Amino acid sequence: MDYLISVATIAGIYIIMALSFYLPFMTGQISLAQAGFMSIGAYGSAVCTVKWGIPYVPAVLIGGIFAGIVGVLLGLPALRIKGIYLLLLTLGFGEIVRVVAINLEYTGAAEGFPGIPYQKYTLLYAYGMVLILIIFFSRLRRSRMGRAFQAVGSDEDAAEIIGVNIVSAKLLAFSVGAFMAGIGGGILAHYQEYIEPLMFDIMHAIEFLIFAIFGGIQIFWGPIFGALVLTFIPEFLRAIQNWRMELYGALLIIMMIIRPQGVIGLDTVQGAERLFRKALGNVNRLTIWSL
Amino acid sequence: MILEIRDVAKFFNGFSALSNIGMDVEEKRIHAIIGPNGAGKTTLFNLISGMYDVNRGEICFKGMRINGVKPHVRAKLGIGRTFQIVRLFGFMSVLENVMLGSHCKTKAGLLKTFFRFSMREMQEEKITRENAMSWLEFVGLTHKANEVASNLPHAEQRLLEIARAHALGPDLLLLDEPSAGMNPKEAEELNSLISKINRMGKTVLLIEHNMELVMGISHVISVLNFGEKIAEGNPSEIQDNPAVIEAYLGRKR
Repeated sequence: MDYLISVATIAGIYIIMALSFYLPFMTGQISLAQAGFMSIGAYGSAVCTVKWGIPYVPAVLIGGIFAGIVGVLLGLPALRIKGIYLLLLTLGFGEIVRVVAINLEYTGAAEGFPGIPYQKYTLLYAYGMVLILIIFFSRLRRSRMGRAFQAVGSDEDAAEIIGVNIVSAKLLAFSVGAFMAGIGGGILAHYQEYIEPLMFDIMHAIEFLIFAIFGGIQIFWGPIFGALVLTFIPEFLRAIQNWRMELYGALLIIMMIIRPQGVIGLDTVQGAERLFRKALGNVNRLTIWSL
Repeated sequence: MILEIRDVAKFFNGFSALSNIGMDVEEKRIHAIIGPNGAGKTTLFNLISGMYDVNRGEICFKGMRINGVKPHVRAKLGIGRTFQIVRLFGFMSVLENVMLGSHCKTKAGLLKTFFRFSMREMQEEKITRENAMSWLEFVGLTHKANEVASNLPHAEQRLLEIARAHALGPDLLLLDEPSAGMNPKEAEELNSLISKINRMGKTVLLIEHNMELVMGISHVISVLNFGEKIAEGNPSEIQDNPAVIEAYLGRKR
C-alpha cells in the first residue's frame, strides 16, 4: 500500500510537470527548461523551510514564484526565437541551472541538499494542486486568454493581426508554466527529503515532454493521462524498469503512426462529454465541465 | 481621409517591391487595388496592417502616423484584414475563431479567468459569444458555429475569415483577394456581402483579380504595376486608361 501511494504521489507530481510543459506549448513554445524550473522551485522551497524556517505551503509557493520570475527572465530572450532554437536555449538553461546547483555551496553543491522536512500529506497536496490545475485549464479553454494562447500556437501572424499581443501572451504562458514547474519541484523536495542536482537533469525535461506528446496535445487531459500512464506502467512492469526510455521511444513511434494527436484528443473529450450528458441527463449543466 | 499613404517604399534585399506609393483612402468607400501578379498589392497590405514596416515614407491612419506601430495595436486602432491564403485557427471551432476577433476589445486576464472575481468576466464572455454569433449570422455561417474551422469548405473559410476580421469592429477592412477560389455564385454572394459591410459605414480596401466584382462594387480603383501606382480613378476611368490596358495586355503594336 505504501508503495502504491508513493507511486501515485510521484505520478501526481509528474502530472503537474506535464501540465507545466503544456501551457507554454499551447502558445507554440517547446520548453526543455521545465526540469530546470522544477529544480529552482525545489531548491528555493527547501531553502525556505530548512534555512529560514518558513512553513510548507508558503515555502512551496515561494519556490514556485521564484521559478516563475526566472521564467520571465528566460522568457524575454526566448520570445525572439522559435522552434529548434528555442529548444536549444531552454535545453541550455536547464544545464545552467544544474551546473549552478552543483557548484552552489549554500545548497550543498554536488553532494545534495539533505534534511528537508518530510511532508506526510504530499499525496493530498500534489493532487490538490492537480485539481486546481484541472479547474484552471478547463476554464482557460473557454476564456479569452485561453483562446489567445491557442491562436498564437496555431498561427502567430494571424493572431497578431486580429489584435493579440503575442509577446505578452507567450511570456505569460512561459512564466506561468515555469511557476507550475516550480510548485512541482517544491512538492517533490518535501517528499524526497533530499534533493541533488542530478534529479533535475535534461532527461527529466524530455520525460515531461514525452508525457504530454504521448497523452495528447490538443487538450490538457492529454498530458494528465500521459503522466499517469507512463509513471504507472514501468512501476507495474518491474522487468522493463531499466528499459523505460526505450519503451517511451517505441510508444512514441507507434503513436506517430496511428494517432499523431496523442492518446487523448479533442474527439475523445467530446465523446466523453456526450457520454456524461447522456448518463446525467438534465444535470449536465452542473457537471464539472461548467466549472 | 481614413488612410493616407505618403511616398511609401519597401525593399527586400535591395529589390524594390514598392516605390513612391501615394494613396488616399476616403472614409466609407470601397477602394480597390488591382494589378498584375507581383505588382506589390499584398506587400502594401502588409505595410498597412503592420506585418512589415516601411523603408521610406509614412502611413497615417485616422490622421495618426502609424509607422512602426505593432500589428496588434493597429488592430486595436481599427484596421482589420484577411489573408490571400486563408489563415484560420484550424483546430478551433468556427465560433471560437470569431470570438478571437473580440480579443482586443475585451479585458479578462489569466487570473480573472481562474478566480472569476466578479460576474463581469462571465458577462464579458457571454457578450463576446453573442457578438460572434451575430457576425456568423451576418456571413451566413450560424449553422456551422461548432464545427472545426479547418473542416469548412474553402468559400466558407473565406467568409469565416471576414467574420473574424469584422468581430474586431474595424473602421478599415483590408480584404486580400476574398473571391479567390470561389465559384461565380459564391463570388456573387461575396459581392453583396462586401457592399453590405460598406453600407454599415466601414471603409473597405480590396485586392481583387475578379474584374467583374471590382468594377461592380468599387468607388475608387488604384492600379499597381511593378511596385508603382500607374493609375487611379473610378471604374470607368480605369477601364479606358491606356496605361492600365498596357499593364494587363501589353503595348499595342
